[in-house]
Amino acid sequence: MAGVTRTPTNLTQGSKTPAGIGASTLRPDGTLKVTGEFAYSSDMWHEDMLWGFTLRSTVAHAEIRSIDTSEALAQAGVYAVLTYDDLPTAVKNYGLEIQDTPVLANGRVRHHGEPVALVAADHPETARRAAAKIKIDYAELPVVTDEASATAEDAPLLHPGRKDHHAGHVPHPNIVHRQPIIRGNADEAAKRADVIVTGEYDFGMQDQAFLGPESGLAVPAEDGGVDLYVATQWLHSDLRQIAPVLGLPPEKVRMTLSGVGGAFGGREDLSMQIHGCLLALRTGKPVKIVYNRFESFFGHVHRHSAKLWYEHGATKDGKLTHLKCRIVLDGGAYASASPAVVGNASSLAVGPYVVDDVDIEAIALYTNNPPCGAMRGFGAVQACFAYEAQMDKLAKALDMDPVELRQRNAMEQGTLLPTGQVVDSPAPVAELLRRVKAMPLPPENQWETTEGADVRALPGGLSNTTHGEGVVRGIGYAVGIKNVGFSEGFDDYSTARVRMEVINGEPVATVHTAMAEVGQGGVTVHAQIARTELGVQQVTIQPADTQVGSAGSTSASRQTYVTGGAVKNSCEAVREQVLQKGRLKFGTYHPAWATAELLLEGGKVVTDGGEVLADIVDVLGEESVEVELEWRHRPTEAFDLETGQGNGHVQYSFAAHRAVVEVDTELGLVKVIELACAQDVGKALNPLSVVGQIQGGTTQGLGVAVMEEIVVDPKTAKVRNPSFTDYLIPTILDTPTIPVDVLELADEHAPYGLRGIGEAPTLSSTPAVLSAIRAATGLALTKTPVRPEHLTGT
Amino acid sequence: MRVKFTVNGREQTADDVWEGESLLYVLRERMGLPGSKNACEQGECGSCTVRLDGVPVCSCLVAAGQVEGREVVTVEGLADFARQRAEHGGCGAGVCGGKGTTLDEAKGWAAKPTGTGDSQAGEQGTSPHTALSPIQQAFIDAGAVQCGFCTPGLLVAADELLERNNQPSDADIREALSGNLCRCTGYEKILDAVRLAAARGESETAGTGA
Repeated sequence: MAGVTRTPTNLTQGSKTPAGIGASTLRPDGTLKVTGEFAYSSDMWHEDMLWGFTLRSTVAHAEIRSIDTSEALAQAGVYAVLTYDDLPTAVKNYGLEIQDTPVLANGRVRHHGEPVALVAADHPETARRAAAKIKIDYAELPVVTDEASATAEDAPLLHPGRKDHHAGHVPHPNIVHRQPIIRGNADEAAKRADVIVTGEYDFGMQDQAFLGPESGLAVPAEDGGVDLYVATQWLHSDLRQIAPVLGLPPEKVRMTLSGVGGAFGGREDLSMQIHGCLLALRTGKPVKIVYNRFESFFGHVHRHSAKLWYEHGATKDGKLTHLKCRIVLDGGAYASASPAVVGNASSLAVGPYVVDDVDIEAIALYTNNPPCGAMRGFGAVQACFAYEAQMDKLAKALDMDPVELRQRNAMEQGTLLPTGQVVDSPAPVAELLRRVKAMPLPPENQWETTEGADVRALPGGLSNTTHGEGVVRGIGYAVGIKNVGFSEGFDDYSTARVRMEVINGEPVATVHTAMAEVGQGGVTVHAQIARTELGVQQVTIQPADTQVGSAGSTSASRQTYVTGGAVKNSCEAVREQVLQKGRLKFGTYHPAWATAELLLEGGKVVTDGGEVLADIVDVLGEESVEVELEWRHRPTEAFDLETGQGNGHVQYSFAAHRAVVEVDTELGLVKVIELACAQDVGKALNPLSVVGQIQGGTTQGLGVAVMEEIVVDPKTAKVRNPSFTDYLIPTILDTPTIPVDVLELADEHAPYGLRGIGEAPTLSSTPAVLSAIRAATGLALTKTPVRPEHLTGT
Repeated sequence: MRVKFTVNGREQTADDVWEGESLLYVLRERMGLPGSKNACEQGECGSCTVRLDGVPVCSCLVAAGQVEGREVVTVEGLADFARQRAEHGGCGAGVCGGKGTTLDEAKGWAAKPTGTGDSQAGEQGTSPHTALSPIQQAFIDAGAVQCGFCTPGLLVAADELLERNNQPSDADIREALSGNLCRCTGYEKILDAVRLAAARGESETAGTGA
């Protein structure tokens, strides 16, 4: 498009090696990323462009009595100031599942940082200063911040008059969704228990903290539409929410994925998309919006904080008798993905264990806290933290090795889940625990050198707080289960367009999908699949956009499975057409064209016995073959609203961790020495990327364990730490060695037998670290993150 | 105000710079060099790391006016900077305080666009981008790049580490890169990349008998 610089480009990758699936091929976007040329959404530039800025509420809950924009509009360099009254159509809300989120506040704000007004100006600082001149008269309202205040008799309703599809079955209008899972009879089964342990756990609110801030460029088009370049996880989901608010048909909102600087769930919901388009359409000029880090903390939903109550029983030989649990997730002011998070938390509340008698309930609240939604692990993370703490507690009560207790109750292929669904693919839970336990331990007193203590290897680091005095080692284990793909009956399909043609005498494949590459390496894998299926070396990956069918979300560990499956499926269709051309052209020369199983390999048509029948170049000649097909995995079902029964999930992913920590027990400082992981990945399509995902996911779990939490003031519901100065994520000094053991047990239902892998390591990492700190200190530690004062009691 | 300084060996001038603008903003929005990244704009994440007269700095914390008359190297110029250093010894472009190339010599080079925008990184060991610096190639080869947003800052910081310490221990690497946040990789493959670049540098040195 004319005038725009740094638009996303084709990624063309040749290869001298086979480089099909199973090879650790390198990223096709790697060179662009190391030279600074890769076009991230915040790098977009257009001549004559304006800068957009969002004015956000400074209070968590208030009625807006008035908004005065006159001074802002009068400022030189300002082109537009928009409020709720300027929205162009009757559609003024958006949302992933429930359209409860105002594009701009309509007379009321429900959380700190809610968008109230937009400014477009010729310089970002001009826009910020103009926004500061907008006068808003807030009349503050009492805040709802937890279950008690949300369900109190006189509780203010976050969304009075709800008409969404969950409104009819929830016990209170400030509860977004409730999902019980009832199977067997937990009360009866409890009578068989020799030991019962209970626990109450608190999981802190986590931020995705992707490094690339929310950003994009909206360019008004001559046809009255708009071209939007943006970083997102799902272009078509965005489009479905954007177009009605703008009053445009979807084909006039042309979206292109710009470079995405990480996502982790935080880009499932809209951020600047509608705002940028509104300003561009109003001013007739291109508008760029880039959040700074402060705004980013308000610009996306977070991982739900949660309170979890658990009761486990076991016989004295360590067999689980029953589970009762209640999980309360704080959804914040708007629904976002809360209903699906509830579905995951409840259906996976039991963990990777066999328990026949369960009584489970999960709910998500509407409160005035920051909205929460998707983040890597999606409801399964909070549950895993609690059930793994319980397993340790139970092992202690039984005087049993905690790994052995887990192995005795580990689910396996054929196990019936509490939802009544059969696990019909490998579930090597006991084996993963065995493997992670078998890894060699880091040496004791690993800080000791010939020249004395290396303080960098000790808790406190260069602060030089100890040379080993008061330092105690602890070791902890955890294992988890995560579902792969969208569950509960969602039509979770993807689309791939694949073309094959001859360019410069070489057969070349082009793959076009709308898959959001957010760093996970989907573009690498698509090229590998095309090579494997089509026997080509050179593959071009076209930029993701809305000119091709939906790929679904880069979420739920699903893209290699689902869009990978779609690319494979479309490649197979292309291959069949190529072979058909070959049969027509050359079929009379060799009987194998009619009788043998034919493949495309090394640029040739070959029989399954390896005999070469023709060059692909000769088969295709000047012609090209192109198909665009949708592809679906096995369908799932909704969970019954009363009993939670139903075949709700597609596939499962399992990981186990062993954490080794050293704790300065006097100062309450923790150093994680090693965080080993064993994970079943079904089939590693790209082993290098698989290990990278496992290490990255593990580190996000580490962050929750010892440092990460969005702190919300319980009195005002305001966020206290919206910066990287106050919200800490692990640095390279905080992150230990992460040895990884990859197991590949094929799932026969999935393409190539693969398993979605991105999320599972984020689950068990946190409880393993907590377990290790408990082992070192003897403390109960029921809250994330563990802070020094929790260890010293000060 | 007008600000004039040398970026990647080429003199650059920016007009109408507001006094509050950072070096990062001027590089990204006025000079067409968005390789330096804007992940936090408060000096915590290191994604905007550049060399300022040889010293690694967070360009978001440097006021543009402070850079008047000085020399900046960004990720876009890293490959040429490393090549200059390899050819002339010591620091490239004379930015480490007197040693190495003179300013006049340095003016002859600048970051060059790669043309088509297509990438060929998958050619293991045979990348046509021979212009990449050793640390850039090592980041690709080791799988240290996922979303890539932290990568430019890490490359500048890691290159500076290897310049002063060509055989860093793991503790040295962790110390040198502790100001650079990465949210994707868990840092393991970033450590691998620095180790790889150091080992390759070592084997080259050994091979030439230098």
